Amino acid sequence: MCTTCGCGSDEVVVTDPDHRHDHDHNHGGHHHGEGHVHVHDDRSARTLVLEQAVLAKNDALADANRSWFAEQRILAVNLMSSPGAGKTTLLERTITDLSAELPLAVVEGDQETLLDADRIRATGCRVVQINTGAGCHLDADMVARGLKVLEPRPGSILLIENVGNLVCPAMFDLGERAKVVIMSVTEGQDKPLKYPQMFRAAELMVLNKVDLLPYVQFDPEQCITYARQVNPKLEVVSVSATRGDGLDAWYDWLRDQR
Amino acid sequence: MHEMAITESVIAAVSEKVGDRRVQRVSLAVGRLSGVVAESVYFYFDLATEGTPLEGSKLEIIDIPGRARCRSCGAEVELEDMIALCTCGSADLEILSGEELTIKEVELEA
Repeated sequence: MCTTCGCGSDEVVVTDPDHRHDHDHNHGGHHHGEGHVHVHDDRSARTLVLEQAVLAKNDALADANRSWFAEQRILAVNLMSSPGAGKTTLLERTITDLSAELPLAVVEGDQETLLDADRIRATGCRVVQINTGAGCHLDADMVARGLKVLEPRPGSILLIENVGNLVCPAMFDLGERAKVVIMSVTEGQDKPLKYPQMFRAAELMVLNKVDLLPYVQFDPEQCITYARQVNPKLEVVSVSATRGDGLDAWYDWLRDQR
Repeated sequence: MHEMAITESVIAAVSEKVGDRRVQRVSLAVGRLSGVVAESVYFYFDLATEGTPLEGSKLEIIDIPGRARCRSCGAEVELEDMIALCTCGSADLEILSGEELTIKEVELEA
């Protein structure tokens, strides 16, 4: 039986793969402040003027996460991509190469299964799995619940692997320091134009699987041009998480964020 | 598909504000660059309001066009979508409007 976070009425499940047994869960620890919302009655008593961002609640929870990360000197990075772009492989490799130098912890987001958390756990890294059920993205509340189970060490780097999806995760602030989009050369090079919201929200694009370039129709320069058409400030590193190409640039980027 | 989550966020935020009063109308501003498809929000709204103070209410979506200022030539341009370029060819645009996703107001039953 899994370590299940029983709070909330939804179907989100938080699991520590090291401790798959029932445990108590409460809302002790870091505190979530509510967002500051202006509400006042309009001239007509029947009309309430709200002028409230639809995602205000998530944004307030994300701010609480951000404050907590700052207090704990934790660098949180939100990794997003379509399914199969190589997020988990990049994490495995990153942990293998950097864990002696930097304390790392991982939040894994998937609709179902503990498969990715098991892969991360096999590297010896601290990890918690969040299963979103029908949900297509992580939100700030799920991450807060995951953090209570994960208890990342002060001063560590927290790598949050979002649900594989190039649409919804871009809209939901988790309180991270930066969003990173991972794209692989086995995808269409025009993806940045098809999913502009995601590539605009990201600070860094990791172009993965460059070892496969000889076998696929993919023009990396054209892809990067498209990506910068959507987001002129986007930084880009080209890597192969399996073969190791370009990973030093990714690690340098991570070190620079601290 | 995130429109379902967006619609539920609207309903939750409004329900929190109105308590047990019934809602007649909700107006929502959706920018063309917000990444939210208004038609999908309309579609989910009737389903997702069932059993809430918003059940049976009318949803109004105010369409906000995208506008940006070009950081290269200083011109103000209309943006149909996020991959548009300035007429000077630059992609370095400062978005002025169109990213809105805001609950403007709600009208309560008398």
